[in-house]
Amino acid sequence: MSRRRHSDENDGGQAHKRRRTSEPIEIEDRLESLICRVGEKSTSSLESNLEGLAGVLEADLPNYKNKILRILCSVARLLPEKLTVYTTLVGLLNARNYNFGGEFVEAMIRQLKETLKNNLYNEAVYLVRFLSDLVNCHVIAAPSMVAMFENFISVTQEEDVPQVRSDWFVYVVLSCLPWVGKELYEKKDVEMDRLLSQIEGYLKSRVKTHVPMLQVWTAEKPHPQEEYLDCLWAQIQKLKKDRWQERHVLRPYIAFDSVLCEALQHNLPPFTPPGHMPDAQYPMPRVVFRMFDYTDAPEGPVMPGSHSVERFVIEENLHCIIQTHWRERKTCAAQLLSYPGKNKIPLNYHIVEVIFGELFQLPCPPHIDVMYTTLLIELCKLQPGSLPQVLAQATEMLYMRLDTMNTSCIDRYHNHTFLSLNELINWFSHHLSNFQFRWSWDDWSDCLAVDLQKPKPKFVKEVLEKSMRLSYHQRIVDIVPPTFSALIPADPIFIYKYMDESSASLPGYPVSITVSNAIKNRASNEEILTILKEVPNPNQEDDDDEGETFNPLKIDVFLQTLLHLAAKSFSHSFSALGKFHEILKVLTDSDEGKLHILRVVYEAWKNHPQMIAVLVDKMIRTQIVDCAAVANWLFSQDMAHEFTRLFIWEILHSTIRKMNKHVQKIQVELEEAKDKLEKQQHKKRDSGDDEDMEKNSEDEEGQLEEQIERLQEKVESAQSEQKNLFLVIFQRFIMLLTEHLVRCETGSVDVSTPWYKNCIERLQQVFLMHHVTIQQYMGTLENLLFTAELDPHILAVYQQFCALQL
Amino acid sequence: MAVKLNALTSDSYIDVSQYRDQHFKGNRYDQEKLLKQSNTLYVGNLSFYTTEEQVHELFSKSGDVKRIIIGLDKVKKTACGFCFVEYYTRIGAENAMRFINGTRLDDRIIRTDWDAGFKEGRQYGRGKSGGQVRDEYRQDYDPARGGYGKLASQHRPTEARNSF
Repeated sequence: MSRRRHSDENDGGQAHKRRRTSEPIEIEDRLESLICRVGEKSTSSLESNLEGLAGVLEADLPNYKNKILRILCSVARLLPEKLTVYTTLVGLLNARNYNFGGEFVEAMIRQLKETLKNNLYNEAVYLVRFLSDLVNCHVIAAPSMVAMFENFISVTQEEDVPQVRSDWFVYVVLSCLPWVGKELYEKKDVEMDRLLSQIEGYLKSRVKTHVPMLQVWTAEKPHPQEEYLDCLWAQIQKLKKDRWQERHVLRPYIAFDSVLCEALQHNLPPFTPPGHMPDAQYPMPRVVFRMFDYTDAPEGPVMPGSHSVERFVIEENLHCIIQTHWRERKTCAAQLLSYPGKNKIPLNYHIVEVIFGELFQLPCPPHIDVMYTTLLIELCKLQPGSLPQVLAQATEMLYMRLDTMNTSCIDRYHNHTFLSLNELINWFSHHLSNFQFRWSWDDWSDCLAVDLQKPKPKFVKEVLEKSMRLSYHQRIVDIVPPTFSALIPADPIFIYKYMDESSASLPGYPVSITVSNAIKNRASNEEILTILKEVPNPNQEDDDDEGETFNPLKIDVFLQTLLHLAAKSFSHSFSALGKFHEILKVLTDSDEGKLHILRVVYEAWKNHPQMIAVLVDKMIRTQIVDCAAVANWLFSQDMAHEFTRLFIWEILHSTIRKMNKHVQKIQVELEEAKDKLEKQQHKKRDSGDDEDMEKNSEDEEGQLEEQIERLQEKVESAQSEQKNLFLVIFQRFIMLLTEHLVRCETGSVDVSTPWYKNCIERLQQVFLMHHVTIQQYMGTLENLLFTAELDPHILAVYQQFCALQL
Repeated sequence: MAVKLNALTSDSYIDVSQYRDQHFKGNRYDQEKLLKQSNTLYVGNLSFYTTEEQVHELFSKSGDVKRIIIGLDKVKKTACGFCFVEYYTRIGAENAMRFINGTRLDDRIIRTDWDAGFKEGRQYGRGKSGGQVRDEYRQDYDPARGGYGKLASQHRPTEARNSF
């Protein structure tokens, strides 16, 4: 019998062990479980569950107070989607035990300081929001909360701090107001008005150069892509106009009002925001992704407007649910679909919008992209009658908006369309592969009527190419209407130059036969190299040359023949590269050699971009080519006609990532060696006067110091290679873009061709996807490349990038 | 001061399953240790026609793939419906367990499980007929896995058998 039975029920779940004893550990686990689970689906009402739990915890306070404090602090930080459930619980506990309430508030303040110190800004927001909701539960006195907010807003008066720092403090205050605005205004309206007016002044003065780089679309219609603070401000202003009436948030504490208003409140201790530290990593600015509005949900409840506070709260909560449960897709989907208050909103639309918002987020999605694909599939499984339709509608909308650029009204800041296009392509093709590629392609036949370089046909072409990788060529031919034949990817077959007698006139043909036979007969590397000496060198006239210089034909003959013999599968090709590694290293000894080998790989496999990508990857990893060679090859004239294809950019980014990982790896090794040396030195100090031990430890120390020196050099060398890679890439971009701009200017032609837009987008993408690494080399980049003399179109991209960390 | 809540750090998709390779060379403890550190996954329920390229495309979505070893029929040396995927990092394998396990490849729901590590010889099916054990005994007809199970197809009446 097969031992590998995975029943569906056990697909990703493990039964909890249950123990019968009541030892302290078990009681603590139980407390944790009770607290974490309150608010989940239950036969009793939420109110009675909270009441019951409050009673249990109150009884356990004498023995388990610290544990309970720690659990409650953790859920405040880690379960923000259940904020009001837990603030109500704390409210009930405070009403029963005033001292506990005070200790909890103190613990929260300590935790807040910790999270800020550790750059955990998202969690800090949840903590402050929790504290503010505690005002609603009569745990914290409103005036002291206002005082905390005033301290936060005073950060906007600081000079010489990054804009993202003051942004964050403003964001925290504004994002609490949906929960506590009403209460604070009732108690302290004068102070709150002053606060809001200060915020307004700050927001007006903010620099927003970074915005175009983060917008998914630039068009204002139909849905403006607003900068997140601007959007939140508009929402709060509307809330204020509505006299702080907020009806969406679930507020269990209302049911307990009579009990809670008897409770004594605590004052928050004065809280000074920690000062700015140079290594602080404030959250990056973001743009709110919107794709739906009240016109899109055909039946049922209407979608709250983009400036309604309900929209903010719903989106926040859905993001929080994903943040909590992303590792477990079934739980995540179930939690999303059981959002409280779901009957009053078009929940499926909100969920799809939030998920796509994360998937298309720039610089990159908060979680790995494949998570979103699988989550959407789970959601479709749970709501088969409604969610697939919403998803189809969303896909349709995204397709329709692929070319939102009105070419006549471009300015240098609004020159991109859809930076997250590859996320959409990858998602859609992977999604289709789970649903037998069923799609109404005919609905998209408008893409056949335009130039194939335009966004819509390009999109369809790339989707079909990716879909083919997950299936096979004939499948793709079968799934699309015959009219789409121009968009079907090429059959991924090898192109062998020296195939048969028809190629007999080619100069390399005779040797290709000899080499092929030699390889089949398992000749040694030396024998093959000898055979290759017979290949004439088209670059040379004299034949008294030893053949040591770069001979492109030699590379061509050998590699074409080898790859042809190994064309059957990836494994065959990898094996071939490994077996003849020595020869390949000899042939690619020069930069020209490295460039040429890439050319040959492309020529042979141009129908199979996936194969090109894996071969290039292997060749970098086995050091047959280096990263800079790959970058130069991708930007070379030979590859110009492929420049807008997705696989080019996948190879480039994969190459940059390999370089980055390489540097990181050596840095880690260096740190480990340094740690080891430190430990060794401690040991020596503690070991006393034993002469032998001292000698041994001195030797070890010496070895370690040598190792550290070597690693130090290695790190510097790797960083130098990394810097050089970025210089090459940016230099090539600048050259290409400048050429294009000059040509357009002299010809008085509009610069904004599809090629140009694609190129600018790709440049932006390099900045965004690798911004952490690139930050290290800003000085060099600015001095050498992005100088004031550069064309303003290109310089703008650089300036927008710099603005991200203002 | 804040606690790591067990109830919240559930990550059950990456848990090790009940299966243990009976041919594993080493004791139970070694096997557990290797499984917990492994970067390699076993992938099952593949079609016989699923290619290394398709596996590579799908599994690259969770991380950089170091190598793929397609499972072979011991006799025929053709694909027999399983493979191993080895990642450069553990995280790549974990994300495959979370997001690729239980989804479709070549229209079939595939299953992934932790593997202690590829060793030469493990690429062959262990069924009597050369394919996987599961294909010896199954009763259903699966055109992507050679039709009927080996035992079932032996019991099916054929002309040759009846004409005596």
